[in-house]
Amino acid sequence: MSLSQDEIFEKVQEALVDALGVDDDEVTEEATLVGDLGAESIDFLDIVFKLEKAFSIQIPRDELSPEDILTDSNFVQDGTVTSEGVAELKARMPWANLDAFAENPRVQDFGNILTVGDLVRYVMSKTE
Amino acid sequence: MRWFWIDRFTEFVSGQCAKGLKNVTMDEEVVDGYWPDYPILPSTLIIEGMAQLGGILVAEHHQFDKQVVLAKVAKASFLRPARNGDQLRYTVTLDSVQDLGATVNAVSYCDGELQAEVDLMFAFLEEGRFTDGPLFGPGDLKTMLRMMNFFSVAVDSDGKAVGDYPALRDETQ
Repeated sequence: MSLSQDEIFEKVQEALVDALGVDDDEVTEEATLVGDLGAESIDFLDIVFKLEKAFSIQIPRDELSPEDILTDSNFVQDGTVTSEGVAELKARMPWANLDAFAENPRVQDFGNILTVGDLVRYVMSKTE
Repeated sequence: MRWFWIDRFTEFVSGQCAKGLKNVTMDEEVVDGYWPDYPILPSTLIIEGMAQLGGILVAEHHQFDKQVVLAKVAKASFLRPARNGDQLRYTVTLDSVQDLGATVNAVSYCDGELQAEVDLMFAFLEEGRFTDGPLFGPGDLKTMLRMMNFFSVAVDSDGKAVGDYPALRDETQ
């Protein structure tokens, strides 16, 4: 039986509260993991563990953050992701809202684009 | 510097659990120096002992080929102090393993009572990322494991004594 979006949100929220030590009400759909919730790089590993366990899914490396694109000179020039790179990111991350990032796609900003809502949609894509 | 926060392994089942004990003695400077007039083993060093057991549990699961470091103390609760003369019995259970790290659950018992519960997360170091060299000097890890009784108690998931580990044989871990 597949979970509803609300049920997935609740479980994602629980995982983030646990992993990041934040309050329930801070974990909104719009909150960014890094900027708003204070996630550090090591926390992402913790979040992956918790999501895998909560939803009985496998989260392959680079699926949540395709580092291979961001370090590929075919897709990045002068610290900015090219239009081809943005298209590739969108293809690989259909669950993420990359519209704002696409307006000024600096690699250094990529780490702060993921929101709680993106995570929820990602999990939905894995559990459908 | 000596940094052994368990005294010996008492049980070890590959990929499942590691048990060990830690005797708290007044001989340890930290025990009588941490809190004047109230000797205790600091809870941070109980976590360190559990992390040493857990780190070996995770590293052994990968045949000691990965460099395993404590990345996060996810939860820790302490129910009673560890006083001089106490013997702490740690049990660390492998929770989950992923490409980039692993999690374990650890408990400490003293006099048959639950003394502490701790959840830990380990990360695997990668070549050129965070480290440029091995975590242990040549032969040090194997020597430490031998001193701590690891090879006397460790069995694989079928209950057979663990064999030789190429990564330790090369003494490059």
